[in-house]
Amino acid sequence: MTEFSFWDILRNLLLAARWTVVLSLVSFIGGGIVGAALLFLRIGGRRGMQFLSRGYIQLFQGTPLLMQLFLAFFGLGLFGIDVPAWLAACVALILWTAAFLAEIWRGCVESIAKGQWEASASLGMGYLQQMRYVILPQALKVAVPPTVGFSVQVVKGTALTSIIGFVELSKAGSIVTNATFQPFTVYGLVALIYFALCWPLSKSSQLLERKLNVAHRNH
Amino acid sequence: MTYQFDFSWLIGSLPVLLKGIRITAQLILIGAVFGVALGIACAWVRALGPKWLKPVVATYVELIRNTPFLIQLFFIFFGLPSLGIRMSELTAANLAMIVNLGAYSCEIIRAGIQATPRGQFEAGASLAMTPFQAFWHVVLVPALQRIWPALSSQIVIVMLGSAVVSQIAAEDLTFAANFIQSRNFRAFETYIVSTLIYLALAILLRQLLAGLGGMLFPRKASR
Amino acid sequence: MSLIAITEVKKRFGDNEVLKGISIDVAPGEVVAIIGKSGSGKSTLLRCINGLETIDEGSIVVAGAQFLPDEVHLKALRLKVGMIFQQFNLFPHLTAGGNVMLSQMVVKKTPKKDAEAVARKMLDRVGLAHKFDALPDELSGGQQQRVAIARALAMQPIALLCDEITSALDPELVAEVLAVVKELAAEGMTLVMVTHEMRFARDVCSRVVFMHQGRVHEIGAPEDVFSNPRTPELRQFLGVQ
Ligand SMILES: Nc1ncnc2c1ncn2[C@@H]1O[C@H](COP(=O)(O)OP(=O)(O)OP(=O)(O)O)[C@@H](O)[C@H]1O
Ligand SMILES: [Mg+2]
Repeated sequence: MTEFSFWDILRNLLLAARWTVVLSLVSFIGGGIVGAALLFLRIGGRRGMQFLSRGYIQLFQGTPLLMQLFLAFFGLGLFGIDVPAWLAACVALILWTAAFLAEIWRGCVESIAKGQWEASASLGMGYLQQMRYVILPQALKVAVPPTVGFSVQVVKGTALTSIIGFVELSKAGSIVTNATFQPFTVYGLVALIYFALCWPLSKSSQLLERKLNVAHRNH
Repeated sequence: MTYQFDFSWLIGSLPVLLKGIRITAQLILIGAVFGVALGIACAWVRALGPKWLKPVVATYVELIRNTPFLIQLFFIFFGLPSLGIRMSELTAANLAMIVNLGAYSCEIIRAGIQATPRGQFEAGASLAMTPFQAFWHVVLVPALQRIWPALSSQIVIVMLGSAVVSQIAAEDLTFAANFIQSRNFRAFETYIVSTLIYLALAILLRQLLAGLGGMLFPRKASR
Repeated sequence: MSLIAITEVKKRFGDNEVLKGISIDVAPGEVVAIIGKSGSGKSTLLRCINGLETIDEGSIVVAGAQFLPDEVHLKALRLKVGMIFQQFNLFPHLTAGGNVMLSQMVVKKTPKKDAEAVARKMLDRVGLAHKFDALPDELSGGQQQRVAIARALAMQPIALLCDEITSALDPELVAEVLAVVKELAAEGMTLVMVTHEMRFARDVCSRVVFMHQGRVHEIGAPEDVFSNPRTPELRQFLGVQ
């Protein structure tokens, strides 16, 4: 058996961490797009659509991400294709992220004063115009800190894809542990790498939040 | 799609599922009670505790909040034995949930405490309360009342997150589902059923917590 | 022919009937003041005329067009009547000029250059030409309200609805806004305004409507209504015996 040095372990983990980053980015961007669509249906669509998007959000927020991953993995398999783990991982994480982002953003849109809707309506704007030119520009500002904050949950959420066999940081941790029999060091390092990815996001979310609050108080 | 759904296995698998539900319920019960207690203790440290302890707690909170629960679990179950700390799967699962919820609830409670006007604490002190009594009655209880909804959501999130304890072979609901689908080769149906059970558990837990909030803080029960 | 014909309008919120059959006709160029106690339904009536609330019974016809609660009719209605709100409701992320330009560009598809020219003209009309690039934050309440008026005027409405447009202002800022309104009235703009400024109502308005418990309790020329209130409710409201 080959000997693993500390640096070998770290190098292997860092290489795998690339996939954690890629998966996080894909989930976050994809989830953002789906989430925006959900948001529009949730607050402005027809009754039936509102009901559906609300149900979607509650379903994805009310069940374990792990189950969603399993369902994506085996559900896509029902179509007769051999599903690669990365595909199931992307699908499940995008759908999961979308539910949370839609809900976060709904809060931001609802924090915009009712008068803004009324004033823009009284000027003859339709729903999409109101959203596009009046509500979203304001809501976006409020939405940045919690959105950045949620990106931390996405990065951490990618760890679960190791369970359906996607090789990212967590999976690499298990593989390296099995090869080295040094679980303490390996999982400690894995945790630190996640921390290095997540902490800057958490901190910037906090700082942005504080900046926004100060800006609001000055009015 | 020619796939035929088949739920005929369900009856035979009920005992396994029920056992899984029991363990998941037990995990979240213990996790919630001790996790929130740990959170309160940490919030106390950060508000009024000894100076040297504050950075320790702050580091703990940041570390937990910025790493995945799965890795925390693996670290406890696989990593700690290298230091001679060994425990059963269930104990490790419980410990991980407590440690995890402790960090989050510390942050949530702290936010609630910061929203309590300073004058209140001084008013408590002027009524000859000990600092701890003042903390408990004047700071903590109103703070808990304020953040109860956020705390409840976090407890539900931890319950849903507990699905991964199956990965260290703690025999929770997900473990039961994995076991069943390895026998019936009906993975999709099995996970649909267990997902719906989780959904029901989440709804039930939310109701229970709302009810508990109403009992603990009767004045604002409706919010 | 009346410009705004309100006939037997009823409006309920749940089982609270707020408007219990309102009929008012407003002729072109008329300035109508609506007065009445808090909760009598004044705002609700204005909001119904602007289509911000749907009505349960009756009809509202503006310049011959029936009010119907679908997007096309609503838009047509709102292009005819502008509304000014108590809380200004300027768009905080846009400059004064941007506020006045936005709806011209997105609703009327006016080219940017023309919209800007109109915006400058309208801001000049309310005495704020020099504030074109100021953000709402940087303006006083009175200035914000004047921008809101310019914003509504830029859509070239045939009537303006004003809901207590001076109530959120510090007393010393009320006059500058009322002066603008007075000028509009002099130029022949049709105005329906809810107001607590009795002196202003008396001086500027052609008719005064006293609303009470969701009904038009008294209506008439200001001299009559103010000097000669017929019902005890109006007498009590005006504080005369
Ligand atoms: N969106 C709403 N939902 C339910 N009730 C409403 C709503 N808007 C207004 N009301 C009720 O309708 C009644 C009339 O309200 P309205 O705002 O029209 O009164 P107002 O005459 O403008 O009073 P004020 O002088 O205080 O502005 C009030 O009893 C109010 O509670
Ligand atoms: Mg009103």
